[in-house]
Amino acid sequence: MSAGQPPFDSPEIRRLSPVIGPGHTYGSVTDKISAIVLTRPTSLGWYVGFLIAFSVMGMMTVAIAWLVIKGTGIWGINIPIGWGFAIVNFVWWIGIGHAGTLISAILFLLNQKWRTSINRFAEAMTLFAVACAGIFPLIHTGRPWLAFYMMPYPSTMGIWPQFRSPLIWDVFAVSTYGTVSLMFWFVGLIPDLATLRDRSIRKPLKIIYGMLSLGWRGSGRHWHRYQSAYLLLAGLATPLVLSVHTVVSFDFAIAIVPGWHTTIFPPYFVAGAIYSGFAMVLTIAIPLRKAYALEDFITMRHLDNMAKVMLATGLIVAYGYFFEFFLSLYSGNKFDVFLVQQRLHGPYAPFYFALILSNILVPQLLWSYKVRHNVVVLFLMSIVVNIGMWLERFVIVVISLTRDFVPSAWGRYSPTFWDWATFIGTMGMFVTLLFLFVRVLPAISIAEMRELVAETSEEEK
Amino acid sequence: MDGMREREQHEHIVGRHDHNHPAGDGKLQDGPMDLAAVRAKLESKTGKQYWRTLEELAGDPQFEELLHREFPRQAPSDWDNSVDRRDFLKLMAASLALAGLSGCGRTPEQYLVPYVKQPDGLTLGRPQFYATAMPFGADAIGLLVESHEGRPTKIEGNPDHPSSLGATNVFAQASVLNLYDPDRAQTVTKFGEIQTWSLFVESAQALAAGMKGDGGARFRILSGIVTSPTLAGQIQSLLTTFPKAKWHQWEPAVGDGTREGAKLAFGSYLNTVYRPEKADVILALDSDFLGSGPGHIPYAKKFSRRRKLNGPDDTMNRLYAVEPTPSVTGATADHRWPLRASEVELFARALAAKLGLGGSVTLAAGAEKWLDTVAKDLQKHKGVSLVVAGEQQPAEVHALAHAINAALGNVGTTLYYTEPVEAHPVNHLESLAELCADIEAGKVETLLILGGNPVYTAPHDFDFAAKIAFDKTKQKKVKTTIHVSSHFDETSELCDWHVAESHYLETWGDARAFDGTVGVIQPLIAPLYHTHSLRAALAAFSDQPGVSDYDVVRANSEAMGQRLSPMSSPEPGSFERFWRKSLHDGVVAGSAFAPLKATLKFSPASLPTPKPAPANEMEFIFRPDPCVYDGRFANNGWLQELPKPVTKLTWDNAAMISPKTAENLKVAHNVAWRGGEHGKVYSNVIDIALSNSKVTAAAWIVPGQADDTVVLPLGYGRKRAGYTGTNKGFNAYAVRTSGALWAAFAPSSAIRKTGQEYPLACTQYHFNMEGRQILATGTLEEYLKNPNFANEHAELPPQELSLYNGEAEFPYHRDKWAMAIDLNKCNGCNACVVACQSENNIPVVGKEQVMRGREMHWIRIDRYYQKSVKSPTNDPSSYDESLFNPPTFFQPVPCQQCENAPCEQVCPVGATVHSAEGLNDMVYNRCVGTRYCSNNCPYKVRRFNFLRFQDWETPQLKLLRNPEVTVRSRGVMEKCTYCVQRINDARIESEKLNAPIHDGAIVTACEQACPTEAIVFGNANDQDSRVAKLKAQQRNYALLGELNTRPRTTYLAAVRNPNPELESA
Repeated sequence: MSAGQPPFDSPEIRRLSPVIGPGHTYGSVTDKISAIVLTRPTSLGWYVGFLIAFSVMGMMTVAIAWLVIKGTGIWGINIPIGWGFAIVNFVWWIGIGHAGTLISAILFLLNQKWRTSINRFAEAMTLFAVACAGIFPLIHTGRPWLAFYMMPYPSTMGIWPQFRSPLIWDVFAVSTYGTVSLMFWFVGLIPDLATLRDRSIRKPLKIIYGMLSLGWRGSGRHWHRYQSAYLLLAGLATPLVLSVHTVVSFDFAIAIVPGWHTTIFPPYFVAGAIYSGFAMVLTIAIPLRKAYALEDFITMRHLDNMAKVMLATGLIVAYGYFFEFFLSLYSGNKFDVFLVQQRLHGPYAPFYFALILSNILVPQLLWSYKVRHNVVVLFLMSIVVNIGMWLERFVIVVISLTRDFVPSAWGRYSPTFWDWATFIGTMGMFVTLLFLFVRVLPAISIAEMRELVAETSEEEK
Repeated sequence: MDGMREREQHEHIVGRHDHNHPAGDGKLQDGPMDLAAVRAKLESKTGKQYWRTLEELAGDPQFEELLHREFPRQAPSDWDNSVDRRDFLKLMAASLALAGLSGCGRTPEQYLVPYVKQPDGLTLGRPQFYATAMPFGADAIGLLVESHEGRPTKIEGNPDHPSSLGATNVFAQASVLNLYDPDRAQTVTKFGEIQTWSLFVESAQALAAGMKGDGGARFRILSGIVTSPTLAGQIQSLLTTFPKAKWHQWEPAVGDGTREGAKLAFGSYLNTVYRPEKADVILALDSDFLGSGPGHIPYAKKFSRRRKLNGPDDTMNRLYAVEPTPSVTGATADHRWPLRASEVELFARALAAKLGLGGSVTLAAGAEKWLDTVAKDLQKHKGVSLVVAGEQQPAEVHALAHAINAALGNVGTTLYYTEPVEAHPVNHLESLAELCADIEAGKVETLLILGGNPVYTAPHDFDFAAKIAFDKTKQKKVKTTIHVSSHFDETSELCDWHVAESHYLETWGDARAFDGTVGVIQPLIAPLYHTHSLRAALAAFSDQPGVSDYDVVRANSEAMGQRLSPMSSPEPGSFERFWRKSLHDGVVAGSAFAPLKATLKFSPASLPTPKPAPANEMEFIFRPDPCVYDGRFANNGWLQELPKPVTKLTWDNAAMISPKTAENLKVAHNVAWRGGEHGKVYSNVIDIALSNSKVTAAAWIVPGQADDTVVLPLGYGRKRAGYTGTNKGFNAYAVRTSGALWAAFAPSSAIRKTGQEYPLACTQYHFNMEGRQILATGTLEEYLKNPNFANEHAELPPQELSLYNGEAEFPYHRDKWAMAIDLNKCNGCNACVVACQSENNIPVVGKEQVMRGREMHWIRIDRYYQKSVKSPTNDPSSYDESLFNPPTFFQPVPCQQCENAPCEQVCPVGATVHSAEGLNDMVYNRCVGTRYCSNNCPYKVRRFNFLRFQDWETPQLKLLRNPEVTVRSRGVMEKCTYCVQRINDARIESEKLNAPIHDGAIVTACEQACPTEAIVFGNANDQDSRVAKLKAQQRNYALLGELNTRPRTTYLAAVRNPNPELESA
């Protein structure tokens, strides 16, 4: 950031990159964060950004309406490629969500203080990503209005879902994940909502925030129960970080399609999910701290830590790729061997190489301190990883299906306008929700930041 | 019988069809008082004739007039006078009520109440089967047609008919769709305006009266090949009335070579009937006798029976083929050699020379060696060999084939000669040329075109359109032109009158099969519209204009019966019995022609030295399309969407070239990203300048095609075919001239790449098995050495490993349905595909969707080339030696009905489940359409309704559907069910009788249609069933058995019988 970097392992570094900027008091933290919601005028930039995002989301609405009217045939899917963008996007979005839960739950349990300033919007990101993800499995069915068949409801026909199908496991895993994430996020918001209630001047806001804060008065008993509930929910959410993407990976691992049927998928999917999730947190955090001058709260320490997590998970993913490759060859299974050849030489080979480049090679730059501390490079790199992780899903879902067992049935896939409209539309929805979130809720946890102020001031004494 | 579905009520009773025609009771009574007279007339009809009354009434000028007058008689005759609102409304109501019967044809009748009196022999909900026949060129295919409450829905072969022997082909299967084609012409028109039939008859009578004076000297009839004794009799009698009139014939896709070859060899037109069942060695000289032409269904059947391998003692016949472009026959052959069409004659001459018949020809080195071996093999099998010449080959080749067969002593054993099947064999090209010359000379005043579409199909140098159309000065060479055809097509547009022709399922008639057997065509339904038969149109010119088809056919049959079994004093009712039996059986017993003694008056040495084939020139040959034939099926969606046997193209034709020629021309393919190998391939567009004309076509590279030969398939590029057929592909007729009807030559500069690309819908572009055992093949030698060769290298998982208490397989206590497909017999003819489409209400999706890889066929036929090493793109456009003449194999792939089905496990809603009889059932109602099952299906046999592919609106198509099969909606997965409706049908019957379902009681649609008996369905639990016996053979193998899916459908490895002498080379 600034010129004249100190040597890497100097003790200064830790002081220069604290988890919170120096000189903050309870009051200043509260002022600064709540001002974004309550007092600062809504910037023109917000309106423009929101409008663009909302229009993109509108495109998604049109795309989905057209899908319901015409059928899934408006997409590029066919026989043999029965799953295309919809499933790719679903897995991608679900993966992105994982970072939020990891940050807020696992890092909380591990007592990682630096998570504080990023956990709120990371959790919000989780929720929004799950919302985006949840759209796809619903609309990708041929008859979305009958999707409730996948729910175990007491049907008069006495029919249950078919519990051997991983898609049913998905329904439970994703809906559980969505519910727990929402509760965790909301519970964490309660003290801040009370702050907003107390600080808002206009009556309607007072009422709304008042209702949402569920009568929070900040008594010792409240804090006690709040802490227990938060801890419990963190405990609940923690296994979900691992289970959701494991179950999603079963959609593929259980099937017999070469390129899907492999036991390495669960850990490799989870690592990939966290990898892409952290990339997405960076993609959001970097512009956010810039736009709202939150450099004091989201400091270089945060960015540096997240980059390190990315590097670590990226290496796990690379390990996964290597073993997927190795085991296919080692197995001697002719279909698996052929698949590896296809990835390297087939018509979709450029996608595979792009994937290797963006998921394995480029992130190796993160070993460098300089790179980790260059916000622009970090931002670009987070986008590269996001693309790379999307490509990974594309390679797994689509390319495996193009050439499986019977050569006569081999085909190809390319997305249509409607595939893109739906995909980009969900990004619009994601950004729209984020815009609304930063505008109406505290993007950083005020209560936790105040705790942090207390703790750091104690440390300094 | 023969595994036919129960043919209850097969017997036709003439009075049967009452229910189709309650004579408009519901309609006429709405009409005003004047109709009372008509009703009285209706009632006066006796029951027996009752069912025909509507037609008769429709033919009755008074009645017709009545209907066609805008308003009935009691309407105020002076319309100018004031009409009050009430009268107006009454009149409008009356005319609307009549609209159904007049104008654009009858809307399908609907009833709100069941029959008060059940028609005799009809059980509602039970189909009936009637025997009839489909005339096709110089053949007629005997059929049994399934009828549901009076609607024909499905075509089956008639086991008693020699042209069918129970099987069918794609055209017969798809012909039922033609009946319900919404684009059919529906009424009589004059200059495009709707006219009444009675007006046409009046005009025809007036024309006939005018012609009486000069004996019809200015009257011409143009028809296709006529094998119908009745129609021919009518034409002949008309020619007696008008002795100077002439009858011309033009059949665009059948060559004159067959006829003229017989004339050259024997001095007169003769018909050749083959007996492939008796031949050990067969040589096909550019002949697709297993896939097209008269008698190809029984030929394929009998040929394949000689390729049955049950045990080590079995032998096989051996088929050699020389041909310019791969056909069904060539692909089945044990040895195939690609030769340009023009070189086939040289080959035949060289063969004759080798066999000591004189002459001397030298061939190219590769072909020479091949020829030597073939000649030796033929000589070794004197009397049990057969040489077949192709329909498109010239007379010389046919004559040579006759001479060779005679020299080999085959006549009387593997083939015999009969009198011609065609009622009036002529040289069609000369016949059409004569007609055109007469028109040009102003000698023709009235031209009656019976069927066909000469404006589209005539050689372009004849410029037939100009012969009958108005010229710039609004003058016409032919004063009156009348076209009778099923569609208002290119020819109809230019003719004065157009008479909508009835479908063969709507009329009475008869037709001879390839061996002379007469089959009676009996209607399954009254004409859907105001259509008339060729016979009726012809009769309009005779002195009996109102005579009904039924009477004519019956009378003719009576005469024939007399001829066949002359009785001095026929006992009363004997004809009635004969007639009923003929109707019931579909054939007139004993009507097949007896073999003739034909003496050869031809010596190959007497042939003039062949004019040298133009060197360094490209050869352009014309061939009927395997799907739309000469263009007559262009508007048939089933056939348009049917992948062509070898190229797997749909919806288009393409100029076919060999890989080497493609390399020379720098023509290439380009697989599209959407759909890809299973859908869309871009190909270069080429301009072909030929015979002073030009056509622009997409090129298609066909491995195994002769080099420097371009095949231009006929039948596409229709300008006026209907919604489905118009402007599909390119029109090869545009460059076809009378001088080069089947083969034209031009320097390679005649082909010019335009630089454009054209997307073709190809359902299987990838032709390499990639070293996987998908289609197991071997030679007879290998088989005899090791009958288990197909399973030798299969890595089958052990069956005893099971979590379920050691019970690896569920026992299926009652029935265990299974299928065995003998790849040794399958020749890829596609009949099963269309049969399945017809039986199971499978929608047509259109070219755009096929290009996206979304065709819906439940059974597909995969085509693979063996020994072809090109990988992974498998693009034939980069030349490779292995593509010169690759052995070709076909594999029909329906749902494999796995015991351990991957699809069942992954369906989240349980929409695909295992039945107690081991079927893998689809529950359409339950399906939400995740497509997971399709992804997990290793065979990719599942088909998804990506859009609403079914046509729910067109009323005609509603009549077509099989009521026993659900019509699927969009968003639902579907696949082969083993024709579960037929299984359940048999199940119900067996439960009624409390007897087990016997083997052969259930015949799936694909099995029924298969001409080669390659598909066998049955109960695998019954050790005596055919399917169990086949599965017990060592050749039997499971497709992708190593996946442990344990498919119920298994394959029997293909075994070829190559000549060891050629093999070693």
